[in-house]
Amino acid sequence: MELILLFFIFTLAGFLGFELIAKVPSQLHTPLMSGSNAISGITIVGALIASGADDGSMVTTLLGTAAVALAMINVIGGYLVTDRMLGMFKKKDTGSKKEGSS
Amino acid sequence: MSNELREILINSAYIVASILFVLGLKMLGRQTTARRGNMLSSVGMLIAVVVTLLDRQVIDYTWLVGGLVGGALIGLACARLIKMTSMPEMVALLNGFGGLASLLVGGAEYFRISGGTVVPDHPAFTSSVIYLTILIGGITFTGSIYAFCKLAEWLSGRSILFTGQHLVNGLLVVLTVLSGVVFVVSGDPEMQLMAVGAFTLLALILGWTLVMPIGGGDMPVVISMLNSLSGLAACAAGFVIGNNVLVVAGCLVGTSGVILTTIMCKAMNRSLGNVLFSGFGAAPPPSSGEASEGVIQGELKPISAEDSFAVLEAARQVVIVPGYGMAVSQAQHVVRELGEMLEENGAEVRFAIHPVAGRMPGHMNVLLAEANVPYEQLVEMDAVNPLMSSMDVAIVIGANDVVNPAASRDKSSPIYGMPIINAHEARTVICLKRGKGTGFSGLENQLFMMPNTRMLYGDAKGSLQGVVSEFKSLADG
Repeated sequence: MELILLFFIFTLAGFLGFELIAKVPSQLHTPLMSGSNAISGITIVGALIASGADDGSMVTTLLGTAAVALAMINVIGGYLVTDRMLGMFKKKDTGSKKEGSS
Repeated sequence: MSNELREILINSAYIVASILFVLGLKMLGRQTTARRGNMLSSVGMLIAVVVTLLDRQVIDYTWLVGGLVGGALIGLACARLIKMTSMPEMVALLNGFGGLASLLVGGAEYFRISGGTVVPDHPAFTSSVIYLTILIGGITFTGSIYAFCKLAEWLSGRSILFTGQHLVNGLLVVLTVLSGVVFVVSGDPEMQLMAVGAFTLLALILGWTLVMPIGGGDMPVVISMLNSLSGLAACAAGFVIGNNVLVVAGCLVGTSGVILTTIMCKAMNRSLGNVLFSGFGAAPPPSSGEASEGVIQGELKPISAEDSFAVLEAARQVVIVPGYGMAVSQAQHVVRELGEMLEENGAEVRFAIHPVAGRMPGHMNVLLAEANVPYEQLVEMDAVNPLMSSMDVAIVIGANDVVNPAASRDKSSPIYGMPIINAHEARTVICLKRGKGTGFSGLENQLFMMPNTRMLYGDAKGSLQGVVSEFKSLADG
């Protein structure tokens, strides 16, 4: 039964994903991609469980910990880079002309 | 806290996190809300991570904290230190890490099951999704790393083909499927271990060979496809551990990535299969130009920076068409400066952005935003084309195939049917180009030979600086 529920969620989430970003202006393609890339770091949840589970096996702990670190890079890097990019998208005259060459 | 209560708490928090992801993605699709959307989705991630630490399976925190802190520091450093011009390779690299993380989660879960600490309710199903997680995660990882190397120019950006490539790939796929079947069906632990090793290796090789034949100009498609795959890998990992939030978030990323991939393919008028397997741009196609109709014959007419200035000074309507060449020569700041000069001179300036200009979706927008070009000045292809005939001057900066009129006229051209920015309709076209070579597709660009086109040879940044200094001396004198 739990499996069926997961598939149910999967299907609905799939349709939702299609609907959510049907019309995105091309200016936002890069931030959208890197922002959703950060979300795919959600695999960290699985990594945390593998890393933190105490089952006497070093293999799973090591694999899990490596996964935690990698997913964390993905998450933190992804969100910050997206934020940095979006911070640059400015309307006319809101940003001063001087800071152009940073 | 009782276990039941804990389960309810964790799952409620996962629902909140999912809602934040959905809202965040939705808000990312609009300019005014995008930044807040990204923040919302990061809060969702924080909630998901924190409550997972409360999970009853998580007992030992020593290793886990090390991984969290180490990863966070590296991620922070990456995001801070990276230059905006290196954004395409950064996105590819981060994506690869996500894929590898999913692969490792799949692997760890396999060892937990084979070690007997976890007993799945449906062993065959769990084995199948472990297989999928490792497969998709592995392809995402090496594919992204290869894309990273191409984008960072550590490896040639050209498409690489060798004889029997399709055969080798086909063989790899067959082996991958076989080892998967062995893994799921076989009850023998040793066979299973061997199968896991085999398809992990195969997935890693497949990712590499998949990206190998894809040329630099098709990178926007590849990057968005790999992005989609990393989501699907996370989703598969969600099925392995029976976790809702992984399934929801992974699936959202997977499907939204598919949309972006489709948009990119449409912008090139090619199917995904054609992009992935045709080896487009590997070698210059045989010159078919002379025989076909609608081909413009002519010679390349160079122009100096001084003469370009004279043309631009008289212009009232100017459109700037940037391409990958602008990124290569890092000319975005001087482009912005030129835009400002032209506006002070009384001209109206637009930037026409082709959806696949550059090496990732939206590449040109990021570069111009970095140089402080206000986003209202950036116009999409469909909006700018009707205005093109009223333009006095079109300045093409390092763009090639996206302005090649052969796409609409020459039926024998490999890019025939690809929507282009109709720069050739402007009264005068100034093309900035490093040398006389062909673009990524290996095609002669017919735009360069049209009677109203002038070529400004040299590094784009240097050439533009020449034009800008002419404007400055005008202002001073």
